[in-house]
Amino acid sequence: MPAPPHEQTPAQALWRLREYLRPYYLSLFLMIMAAILAVTAETVIPLVTKSVIDDVVVRGIRSELLPLSIAAMALGTLQAGLNFFRRWSLASAVAGMEKTIRDDLYHHLQRLDSGFHESWQSGQLLSRATNDLATIRRFAGFGVVFFITNTWTFLLIIALLIDMNWWLGVITGVLFLPVSVLCLRFERRYRVLSRRYQDQQGDLATYVEEAATGIRVLKSLGRRDEAQAQHFGQSKVVYGTQVDKSRLRGTFWAGLDMIPNAVIGLILLLGALAVSRHELSLGGLVAFVTLTLLLIWPIEAMGFIIATGQEAATAAQRIYEIFDTAPAIADPDRNASGQPDRPGLVAGKAVLGKAALRTAQAAPGPVAVARRASRAAGHLVFDDVGFSYPGAPAPVLRGVRLDLRPGETVALVGPTGAGKTTLLNLVPRLADVTTGAIRLDGTDIRDVSLAELRTRVACAFEDPTLFSASVRKNVSFGVQDASEEEVLAALEAAQAEFVADLPWGLDTRIGEQGMALSGGQRQRVALARAILARPQVLLLDDPLSALDVHTEAKVTEALAHVLTASTALVVAHRPSTVLLADRVALLQDGVIAAVGTHHELLATDVRYRELMSADDQKDGLAAGATR
Amino acid sequence: MSVSDAWRGIASEQEDEITGKFSTFLRRRSRRLLGSLLRPYRGLVVTIFLLIVAAQLGALVGPWLVGVGIDKIPQLERTHDLWPMALIIVAYAVSVLVQAVTTRSYIAGIGRLGGRVVLELRRRLFAHFQALPISFHEHYTSGRVISRQVSDMDSISDLFDESLASLVAAVLSLLLVGGGMLLLDWRLALVVMAGLPPLTWLSIWFRRESATAYRRTRTTIAQVIVHFVETFGGIKAVQAFRREPRNEEIFESLNRANAEANLRSSRLLAIYFPGVTLVGNLAIGVVLLYGGYRVIDHQMQVGVLVTFLLYLQRFFDPLIDLSQFYSSFQSAGAALEKISGVLEEQPAVPEPEHPATLPAVGAVPGRGVRFDSVRFGYRRSTVLPDLDLTIPAGQTVALVGATGAGKTTIARLLARIYDPLEGQVRLDGVDLRQLTDSSLRHEVVLITQENFLFTGSIADNIELGKPGASRAEIVAAATAIGADGFISALPEGYDEQVGKSGGKLSAGQRQLISFARAFLAAPAVLVLDEATSLLDIPSERLVQSALKTILAGRTAMIIAHRLSTVAIADRVLVLEHGRIIEDGSPDELMATAGEYSALHASWQESLA
Repeated sequence: MPAPPHEQTPAQALWRLREYLRPYYLSLFLMIMAAILAVTAETVIPLVTKSVIDDVVVRGIRSELLPLSIAAMALGTLQAGLNFFRRWSLASAVAGMEKTIRDDLYHHLQRLDSGFHESWQSGQLLSRATNDLATIRRFAGFGVVFFITNTWTFLLIIALLIDMNWWLGVITGVLFLPVSVLCLRFERRYRVLSRRYQDQQGDLATYVEEAATGIRVLKSLGRRDEAQAQHFGQSKVVYGTQVDKSRLRGTFWAGLDMIPNAVIGLILLLGALAVSRHELSLGGLVAFVTLTLLLIWPIEAMGFIIATGQEAATAAQRIYEIFDTAPAIADPDRNASGQPDRPGLVAGKAVLGKAALRTAQAAPGPVAVARRASRAAGHLVFDDVGFSYPGAPAPVLRGVRLDLRPGETVALVGPTGAGKTTLLNLVPRLADVTTGAIRLDGTDIRDVSLAELRTRVACAFEDPTLFSASVRKNVSFGVQDASEEEVLAALEAAQAEFVADLPWGLDTRIGEQGMALSGGQRQRVALARAILARPQVLLLDDPLSALDVHTEAKVTEALAHVLTASTALVVAHRPSTVLLADRVALLQDGVIAAVGTHHELLATDVRYRELMSADDQKDGLAAGATR
Repeated sequence: MSVSDAWRGIASEQEDEITGKFSTFLRRRSRRLLGSLLRPYRGLVVTIFLLIVAAQLGALVGPWLVGVGIDKIPQLERTHDLWPMALIIVAYAVSVLVQAVTTRSYIAGIGRLGGRVVLELRRRLFAHFQALPISFHEHYTSGRVISRQVSDMDSISDLFDESLASLVAAVLSLLLVGGGMLLLDWRLALVVMAGLPPLTWLSIWFRRESATAYRRTRTTIAQVIVHFVETFGGIKAVQAFRREPRNEEIFESLNRANAEANLRSSRLLAIYFPGVTLVGNLAIGVVLLYGGYRVIDHQMQVGVLVTFLLYLQRFFDPLIDLSQFYSSFQSAGAALEKISGVLEEQPAVPEPEHPATLPAVGAVPGRGVRFDSVRFGYRRSTVLPDLDLTIPAGQTVALVGATGAGKTTIARLLARIYDPLEGQVRLDGVDLRQLTDSSLRHEVVLITQENFLFTGSIADNIELGKPGASRAEIVAAATAIGADGFISALPEGYDEQVGKSGGKLSAGQRQLISFARAFLAAPAVLVLDEATSLLDIPSERLVQSALKTILAGRTAMIIAHRLSTVAIADRVLVLEHGRIIEDGSPDELMATAGEYSALHASWQESLA
């Protein structure tokens, strides 16, 4: 995992997040004022009760009862109204803040290079965009406000209690403090247990998932009993933690009830003595008890607030870890600044959505122009290209030299792990060369803007990525203004006629959330996507590996036409694909070991024969059949 | 440009949502299931209930004692006799202790009960899914198998974990406090209870609205998550095709929908909670007013007024708990309904009532296979009209033919993933239906092209073929297959952990591991759905030579995709529309001008 450029403490990270609250400063201020007023009103109600008992009941001033009761109701209504205002206005601030951070996070992540994404598990990124943000939202929506109001409530009530009877007030305050400590300790221990429980549940879910997807293996080997035993063992572990959790919760809730109740019992005893010695009025005692009840929640909550605060601070740190990672691959002019690219932070909340839209609208312009403008060229040169993965001991590519003339098709052949895919990734700058340079029509690709480069270059990967969208959108992925005819033509060129048989034709949703396509079908859709882009340079990473022999032949034939329009670099595993190419380059040990036609290399190069010829098969029909 | 949902395309939704209506809640089969789960713990259930009642009574007594104590104060002032007050304090202390001990016990008790029930349900469900045939899994899909066992089990587990205790306690608290108030002063109690109807109405409104709002937050965040995961799972394609700006528009609109849903949820709370506070606060005023008059008029003691004020909170708060936890009650009910539906599914390939035993393996290794007038089809279409086929022990048969010719069906019938509609499949003369699942699986092993690997080490994965196999046996199996070379070259060797579904290994290496697994299982009959199209040529060579090893000394049926495999076979069957159109050794078939020699010619061509 890449380390952030400069270390910061969780608290600093949390403090940095305030920039996202800036648009809401005024409403937050009003909201906190309302909250303080609300708890003050709530605290005054027991004092009204005190007057009712002391003045009306004890002294018998009957006329005061009605106004006092109305005052209690008015205070109660005021409290409810202010609470409503607090919750209502806080809700939009918190939802807006969460949305803005998530938008920014997504924006930033899309600009980080694929090297970054390979070093992070997608689950980790997702948990930052969901769980960590939810934690921060909870803290902002609950922790911050209640930290302020609860402190205020505590001080106000203790002051009132001391005012009524100083020694009883001091005792109450001191006796209540352990509740906070109890809550904080519980929160911490419970969180450890909850984490463990979640992890164990996750392990169990993983096993369930494997047993479901691997059901054929388990069944055909008759491993039912073993699978059940393993599942039951893991379930029992989950059970054990769950019982521990509920035991801890039981102890905690019991303690949480017991301490304040014990304090009230003590107040009753000492208060009764105080009343009998005329140090406290009867109404004062009742107010003492009810005010003490009002103390329970703020004190309990303090423990939770501190715990959520700590959690939110860690979450903020994890989020800034991503924000502080500058994109390793950026447009030429931006490279120098090294600044993370975050419009939301610069532009503030309201502008963010528009800022994103503006980028979106700006993009198709130059892209569309570039697509139509430069058709002719496409001279791709690998000039002594070297590449090593960060932290890897040895480079994958060491001085690759290859010259692709405009319109030429070159097949790239090499053993597994030779770096063929890596070499292809360097051209659209999904990764940058570590040494040497790649030149497109004479210009170093690092001096071309990313938008232009990636318009001129298109690729289809071995493991085709389809998105949960219609076939149409998947094919016109890179060309938003593609017409129906263009899409159909691209699909035809990729021999993806099966699309017509899908339930909703071009509008059928595919990808993870849609129709499941076979490996060969997926490859053909991805191929159509690359074809539709009509690039100067087409990169195909073993695009036909999942096709059967029959379909492969048809696609090969169609591809031969398409490839004349572009310069193409095609990774191939099978002779049939190699035959598409004008020349073949053998990539081995990080360099281009040989270049020539298929038949030349087959005749002259042992390494190539090992990879491409069925001749070596020691037995069967193949031996005699090939020549 | 407006962001519409059209880009998503159309998909048939397979959601088996059960609507949250009370009528669907706990239907008969769910009740039966729940009953059978709880029956062993009847004693515990009763104990827990009594503990909750005791805890609530303890909580009820406290405020009453406070009121009594306050009424004793004038007496204390006059006599300075501490005893009556001391007695009250002792009683109060006892009630506090009782409440603490019983609360602790019932929460822990419900945790244990829930844990036991969930454990048993998990066990049954997993065992049941393992017992259901492949045909069930194919139409039910692994996604739903997983969500039954993960998210549905989680809702049930959550109910026991947090909500059930609060829910029962809330109902009891409402009843007991209400009863207590009526006993103390029924007139004042009735006045307080006037607050119930508006509060109940508010709670019902909130529950209904928040259920919708909650669903909306779930679906919107799910869409955010899907888009997020897809973007960064396919980030190479996103960047290579300059998809970032458009993605940002889509993400922004999904994220906005989620923010709006969250806002709606919070705003419902912003109405509901202050609403409850308002009713409670107004009740305080009313109790002060009416209670005050009754005290002045000596119809009531001041202590009762204090008790009432203390009870108010305990009376109205349970409604909040009820409305909050009701939804978890409901989703647990829906989950139970779905689970009970699955548990009622009967295996289509049932176990025999009187299992037969196979004769000992004879001089020739392997077992004889015989298809006797077998007819089979899926739903509408007949795949095999009438198949007769005899494979002597030890023979290797290759099935060749176009997609849909019935190759896979024959293999599946032999592995008894399906039973024939008519006719019989026999192993050494015994109908497969008369064998127990475990003895059949011991004799017949099917290797599919999926070559699925489980999380764990490579050794663990090979050992799956023969649980309890020693390391020496595992290494011997891998060596025989020719996998020892690459396994030993891995940093951790046989202890190398394979990633999710074996992602770290190449397709060829995964296939070799699954061969080693089958080799270790040493079945009499091996059925192999061979797929080498994903392999590069060096890997394919490895797999081809491994095949020879694994097929030796047993009866074998191979679905051949590449004709190089066919060369290994003793006999080739060419299938068309479920019928055998050619049958003979590879050399014999080459000699005749049939389908096989035509296929062979086109294959040679593809090799160039």
